[in-house]
Amino acid sequence: MYLNANNISYAYKKNKPILKNLSISIPDNKVIGLMGDSGSGKSTLCKVISGYIKNYTGTVTLDNNLIETKDFYPIQLIFQHPEKTMNPKWKMHKVLSESWNPPQELMDTFGLKDNWLGRWPNELSGGELQRFSILRALNPKTKFIIADEISTMLDAVTQVQIWDALLDYCKQNKIGILAVSHDKELLEVIADDILLFNEINKL
Amino acid sequence: MSSLSKLNPLNSMNLRQKTILLIGLIVLLLVLVYASSLSIDPANILTDFTLRNQPPSFEHLFGTDWLGRDMLTRTIKGLGLSIFIGAVASILSSILAIIMAFISSVNKYGDVLIAWLIDFFASIPHLLLLIMISICLGKGAMGVIIGVACTHWTSLARVLRVEIKEIQTSEYVQLSEKFGKNKFWIAKEHILILVITQVIVGTLLIFPHAIMHEASITFLGFGLSPHEPAIGIILSESMSYLTTGAWWLAVFPGVMLLIIVLLFDILGEEVEKLLDPTKAQK
Repeated sequence: MYLNANNISYAYKKNKPILKNLSISIPDNKVIGLMGDSGSGKSTLCKVISGYIKNYTGTVTLDNNLIETKDFYPIQLIFQHPEKTMNPKWKMHKVLSESWNPPQELMDTFGLKDNWLGRWPNELSGGELQRFSILRALNPKTKFIIADEISTMLDAVTQVQIWDALLDYCKQNKIGILAVSHDKELLEVIADDILLFNEINKL
Repeated sequence: MSSLSKLNPLNSMNLRQKTILLIGLIVLLLVLVYASSLSIDPANILTDFTLRNQPPSFEHLFGTDWLGRDMLTRTIKGLGLSIFIGAVASILSSILAIIMAFISSVNKYGDVLIAWLIDFFASIPHLLLLIMISICLGKGAMGVIIGVACTHWTSLARVLRVEIKEIQTSEYVQLSEKFGKNKFWIAKEHILILVITQVIVGTLLIFPHAIMHEASITFLGFGLSPHEPAIGIILSESMSYLTTGAWWLAVFPGVMLLIIVLLFDILGEEVEKLLDPTKAQK
């Protein structure tokens, strides 16, 4: 299965486009790295592909089919700041089960401790919350993961642990990954191909 | 000194426990006032001309009026009525505010309409509108309740409208849509739990306004009918006896009304502290 974004253009302000005629293709058995400077529009591209921004021009298709928006969206975005993606009045077990109930061994590979499930989001650290938001995105209906700087705020050991678990799961379940980062060393380790954002964005 | 402070149980409690204790005490007091007003049968407020215009004494703590009626019983009966009217009016106005906020969250046109309605109602002085509505509905408790409800929903509706807007654009709501959840589910699970605090606190804080406005328009003669033992009636009647030196007719009912209003105000603030701990530090 392929995720194709064709000729994507988008502008927050009229006459000031941030994405122009941008095309990208991601196969479901690969990890594509995308590198770019801050403020260049990487996150905007992520939001377009994963359906958060709707009034763009161009098409986003899965094997040439447009994506149904009412159902579970098969392209899941993982945000940079997990604390903003969780309802502050929900306990963690509800946060997790809003998407699905992962099996125990998957929770163990991501290092989720059982007693975290009974806590509020503000009682966990950013790294702990990010494990939840990644696990939440790994619903069986997910076909592609867009990882937008997901490990920027983690320490090196946690970063390795989380990426190992994520790459492992995605390889087994045929989930393609678009890993967005400005960290060249990280992308060189995890990605099969690395694209430079300024080269594919034809501004 | 330190051994003394250990003996005081208040010192060993944390802020949360103290807040709960305070809320419990206030609720108990208000329930007590309301219950005792219910237990007073208006037929038992006897007129006794031998006891006319008595100043406060141990037998009649608040004194007696020009018909020899005990002012303490009349005041408590009036406070009970005030609490009842305040409760119905503030719950009604909260319901109105929720409906308005809900309409404004549906689409752009609804939002413009509600924003306009809020500005419209907020721009007219409360008292004026209240008097108009009350007269239109033929005065009485019904007129006062609907009048207060129709004039006091704006502040809560304004807060809810903004709050809901903010939640709707948050990342967790957008993410929830991507998990395939529908609007109704999101409103029920995500939004309701976040605004319920505002609703409860807002309702409690409308209470003092409702009671004060009920008393003031009754005092002006546009509210409850004169045979009802309302605080506003008591105060307006006492006006004609104040010059003869019967100060207790106005002072005690007025102070009691103030105390009840303050209790509701404190109750609202303490409940807010309990439900929204980030506000407790302010």
